[in-house]
Amino acid sequence: MKLVYFIEIQMKVLVAVKRVVDYKVQIRVKSDNSGVETQNVKMSVNPPDENAIEEAVKLKEQGIATETIAISIGEDKCQDVLRTSMAMGIDRSILVKSQNSLEPLAVAKTLKKIIEKEKPDLVLMGKQAIDDDSNQTGQILSALLNWPQGCFISSLKIEDKKVLISREVDEGIEKLETSLPAVLTCDLRLNTPRFASLPNIMKAKKKPLEAIEIETLDIDIEPKIKTLKVIDPPTRKAGVMVKDVKELVQKLKNEAKVI
Amino acid sequence: MAVLVIAEHDNQVLKTSTLNTITAAQKINNEVHLIILGKDIQTLSDTSKSIHLISKVLKCDNEKLENFLPEILAPIIVKTALSYSHVIAPASTFGKNLLPRISALLDTTQVSDIIGIENENTFIRPIYAGNAISHVQTNQEINLLTIRPSSFEKCENSGGEATLEEIPFIDSEAKTHFVSKEVSKSDRPELGSARIVVSGGRGLENSDNFKLLYDLADKLNAAVGASRAAVDSGYIGNEYQVGQTGKMVAPELYIAVGISGAIQHLAGMKESKVIVAINKDLEAPIFNVADYGLSSDLFQAIPEIIKELDLLNQIDS
Repeated sequence: MKLVYFIEIQMKVLVAVKRVVDYKVQIRVKSDNSGVETQNVKMSVNPPDENAIEEAVKLKEQGIATETIAISIGEDKCQDVLRTSMAMGIDRSILVKSQNSLEPLAVAKTLKKIIEKEKPDLVLMGKQAIDDDSNQTGQILSALLNWPQGCFISSLKIEDKKVLISREVDEGIEKLETSLPAVLTCDLRLNTPRFASLPNIMKAKKKPLEAIEIETLDIDIEPKIKTLKVIDPPTRKAGVMVKDVKELVQKLKNEAKVI
Repeated sequence: MAVLVIAEHDNQVLKTSTLNTITAAQKINNEVHLIILGKDIQTLSDTSKSIHLISKVLKCDNEKLENFLPEILAPIIVKTALSYSHVIAPASTFGKNLLPRISALLDTTQVSDIIGIENENTFIRPIYAGNAISHVQTNQEINLLTIRPSSFEKCENSGGEATLEEIPFIDSEAKTHFVSKEVSKSDRPELGSARIVVSGGRGLENSDNFKLLYDLADKLNAAVGASRAAVDSGYIGNEYQVGQTGKMVAPELYIAVGISGAIQHLAGMKESKVIVAINKDLEAPIFNVADYGLSSDLFQAIPEIIKELDLLNQIDS
């Protein structure tokens, strides 16, 4: 009898997920100008993080990833975005509890601690969070870990140990080849995130969700930037409707003097 | 201490974003140095010496710097950064990709996408796709900033007499390799710095119809832009996308054609001086920010505009 030995190759994917004000909500600046109102506002998974979740789930479905983990940092309520992630197909989740909002550097340091413990081969996250629009965390994490960095990716192919990515850059598309482990940040065009079906939402309630207090990680999370005030943007004064093309061109030439 | 600007370039010429960044740097301190890292950049470094407002050009020339991989650039800049109070890069995909790595290596929090500078440690930046404006203060040993190029004028490219200094290359074991770059070639002005931008949305219905927009753009010597919907639908490449996750533009004239005006799109263009919206749908939110709105079928309106512009040109000449 011929014996076949299977060597099981482990490939863990960790996805970082941020809970943000839903992208359809018209946000309101707080009356004391200390920030933006987030109480009693619809919150959701940061949109490009959904692309990261989708990509991780696809890698598992393709048999490339063996385990997918979602992680979020924040208050207890962040459980909801982790449940959403698991309803989309992520296997299990970690919530790092923090009462304070963290700067990208502190987020990356927190992720690094968890990564040292979980030892994933690939870390995925959205290219930016649509609340503070910083676009930093993935790059910082990659540098802290000294792992390859692939930002704003719109395609990903993993073959053997090779990682092929396309990055959306100002001039067009840049293609890079790198290796695992790596940190990749996802563009909205990477894929189309699936909707969680009701049975999967039910199943997600039973998937493991581990909570960790951020204090136990022993990292410096003190903010280094102080927000002095948050204000409404200047509003544009209402314009006029023109009746036809002739009037439009005349106004652009004689009134606005831009052509 | 002086301010260090990281140059964005293509190994031959500086990108306009670098000139915008130098203007921002000048608002912090009169002494501004420019660091250029790349391959075969002798000519580029020499010509950069004449940029108005720059007192020193730092140059690191090595073949491994050809494709600007952040893993290789960052350690070199970090070493130089230690003798500066501020390190500034444009908030282009180049700067966004690079500066956070420096933030990690220096253990310093970066302030992203600055649109205004109050003083050397107080900065103004948009959050929530520009639906709120945050004033922040940072007082770290080295302050790392990316600035939004369209919010700062470009500085003069001549009149300066900077000194040139070579800095050593530091080799990093890069696990990432450049494969290729697909750059769309166009004779039109650069989207980020064009005086006029003509932008198309889903209303154009397909990529062939974008030709209409190109004709209009060429008539006006304008750059072409697009909404995310148009890019996602495959009508045009990602490099044309204007908005929260694309490019930020602030031209003198922005013509939005068949764009409904999602807040994510408005985030990228509402600083434009004059906005024109052309849309069939009178309810489209784009009309709320437009100086001139035209409720019309774009397939009729655009050829008519081109005709009117031709008439104007005839009268002028």
